[in-house]
Amino acid sequence: MSEIPDDLKYGEEHEWVKITDGKVRYGITEYAQDELGDIVYVELPEEGEEVKLGDMAGVIESVKAVSDLYAPISGKIIEVNTELEAEPELLNEDPYGKGWIAVMEIGDESEVESLLSAQEYKELIK
Amino acid sequence: MNTDYRQARYKMDLLMERGEGRMLKDNPLPEGIARKKAPDIPDLPKHEVVRYFNRLSQMNYGIDTGFYPLGSCTMKYNPKYTEKLASLPEATDIHPYHPEEFSQGNLEIMWELQNSLAELGGMHSVSLQPAAGAHGEITGLMIAHQYHKDNNEERNEIILPDTAHGTNPASVSMLDYNLLEIPSKEGCVDLDALEEAAGDNTAVFMITNPNTLGLFEKDACQMAEIVHDAGGLLYYDGANLNAIMGKTTPGAMDFDIMHFNLHKTFGTPHGGGGPGSGPVGVTEELASYLPVPIVEKKGDGYRLNYDLENTIGRVKGFYGNWLVLLKAYGYILKEGKDGLERATERAVLNSNYLREKLQGVLDLPYKPLRKHEFVLSGKRLKDKGLKTKDLAKRLLDYGYHAPTIYFPLLVDEALMIEPTETESKDTLDGFAEAFASIMDEDEETIKEAPKNTAVGRVDETKAIRDSVLSYMMRD
Repeated sequence: MSEIPDDLKYGEEHEWVKITDGKVRYGITEYAQDELGDIVYVELPEEGEEVKLGDMAGVIESVKAVSDLYAPISGKIIEVNTELEAEPELLNEDPYGKGWIAVMEIGDESEVESLLSAQEYKELIK
Repeated sequence: MNTDYRQARYKMDLLMERGEGRMLKDNPLPEGIARKKAPDIPDLPKHEVVRYFNRLSQMNYGIDTGFYPLGSCTMKYNPKYTEKLASLPEATDIHPYHPEEFSQGNLEIMWELQNSLAELGGMHSVSLQPAAGAHGEITGLMIAHQYHKDNNEERNEIILPDTAHGTNPASVSMLDYNLLEIPSKEGCVDLDALEEAAGDNTAVFMITNPNTLGLFEKDACQMAEIVHDAGGLLYYDGANLNAIMGKTTPGAMDFDIMHFNLHKTFGTPHGGGGPGSGPVGVTEELASYLPVPIVEKKGDGYRLNYDLENTIGRVKGFYGNWLVLLKAYGYILKEGKDGLERATERAVLNSNYLREKLQGVLDLPYKPLRKHEFVLSGKRLKDKGLKTKDLAKRLLDYGYHAPTIYFPLLVDEALMIEPTETESKDTLDGFAEAFASIMDEDEETIKEAPKNTAVGRVDETKAIRDSVLSYMMRD
C-alpha cells in the first residue's frame, strides 16, 4: 500500500501539498511515482510563473509514458527543485522529501481549503 | 503448461570487434586518390559474416517465427508471393529517370493502385507519394492547411480525441498547429465535447475509426456534420482500416482526407523501421491539392502529372516507395474485393474470439464488442505486486511476442491485443492458455521473466538515463 502522510493535503492529479506560512511546497505522491514507473526526465515549471489550479506546469517522462504536471492550486511559482533535472530518480526514491517539485505563493486560500485530506486521497486511489 | 520455447543464445563479438581493416598490397589507383589508411571495417571471410547474421536472426523474433499480437501495429503474416513480385527484374531493374514510354507497365500498376485505393477509401483521388503512415498524416494536414489558406481562412487548431495514436499529436505539432484534445465518453468521441470544441479556429478534426480501444465510432457522420458546420475538415487516420475495409469507407462517413497504411492493411512487411507506404486520399474538392506527381491515363498510355492546380508540391523524391506499392497491388489483386472483405471479417472475428477468452482473466474496460483489437487492463495484477510489464515479459517465455503495453493511456496498466486475420483458432487458443497459465504462476517466476529468450530482462531505465546510441559511444 502506498504511503500517504497524514500531515499533507492532496490534489486530484496525485500531487501532495505541504502548507507553511502562506506558501505551499508540492510534489507527486508515492502512488503517482509507482504508477509512472522509473522517471527518466523532468521538465520543471518556470520560476516566477503565475499559474491557475489545474494548469499544465511541467512534464514528467517515465519509461512508460510522458505525463503533464499540473498546478495543485493557483498562485506564483517562487522556487523549483533544480536537483531533479540531473537526478529525476529522486521523484521515485523520495517523493515526499528530496523529490519535491516546486514552492508556490498561495493565490487563492479557498483552493487550499478544498484540497483532499489524506483519508480522502486514500479513497480516491482505492 | 508447456514452456519449452527456447530462443537461440550465442555469445558473439560484434563484427566490428573481429579484426582490422586491410590495405590492398598493390593499389592500382593513382597516388592522389588512393586510400592512405585502411578502412575502419574488419577484413573477414564472407562465411563468417553470413554466420554472424544468421545467428543474429536466430536470436530474433518475427512474424515468421510466431504469433505477434502487437496492438495497433497489425502484425499479420505477409504472403511470400508479394516478395517474389517485388524481386522481378521488371520491378527492380528500372530507374526513376527512365522515360515514361519505357515504364508504361509500372505506371499502369500505380494508376490501378491509385484507383483501387480510392475505391476502398471512398475517396475521389489518391496520391501514392507518402512513404509512411505519419508521412501521410502530415501530407494530409498540409493539404488542409493549403485549402483553408486559399479560402482566406486562418484556422490554427486541430482537434483530437484522447484515444488518438501518438503520431497524430506529433503531426499537429510538426505543422505548428494548436492541439485541442477532447475527452472520450465510454471509450468513444463525446459529441457534446466535440460540439463545444469545434469553431472558427478548427482546421481539422482527426480520428481513427475504429479507435485505439477497438471500438467503432458509430457517430462518425454526426461528427462530420459538426466539424463541417464549423468550417473544418475531417481526417481519417487509416491505421485501423483493416477493421472496416470492404464493409464501409471513410468517404461514406463524410471524411475529407485519409491515409492508407499499405505496410499494415495490405500485407507488406513492416516493423524495424519500414519500408512503409502511406498514400493519401481526398474528396473531389481537394483533389487538386494532392502532392505531385500523380499517375494519369491518357488514351492508351500513362503519364506522370506534375501540374495539379493547387498542389502542395512534392513530399518525396521520385514516385513513392515503389516496391511496397507493388506488393500492395499484388495483394489487392490476389485477394480481390471478396478476399479483402473476408480479411476484415476474420480480423474482427479473431479479435472478439480472443477477447471473449481473455476478458475473465484480466479486466476489460468499456463495451465488450470490438473490432480488430481490444484493450485489457492489468490492474488486478497489482494485488500480486505485479505489473502489466511483468506479464508481457513472461509471455515471451512461452514463445509469444508481447502485446502493446501502456497504450492507450486512458486504460490503467493497458494491454492492447491485435490478433489479425491470419492467425488460426489453435494459435489463439494457445495464446489464451499461456495467458491463463501465467496468472496461476508464482510472482517470482513472473518477475524474473524472460528466461527462455536470447536476452533476459533489460534495464530500460538505464538505457534511457544513460543512452549509448552508437558503437562509437562505447567506452
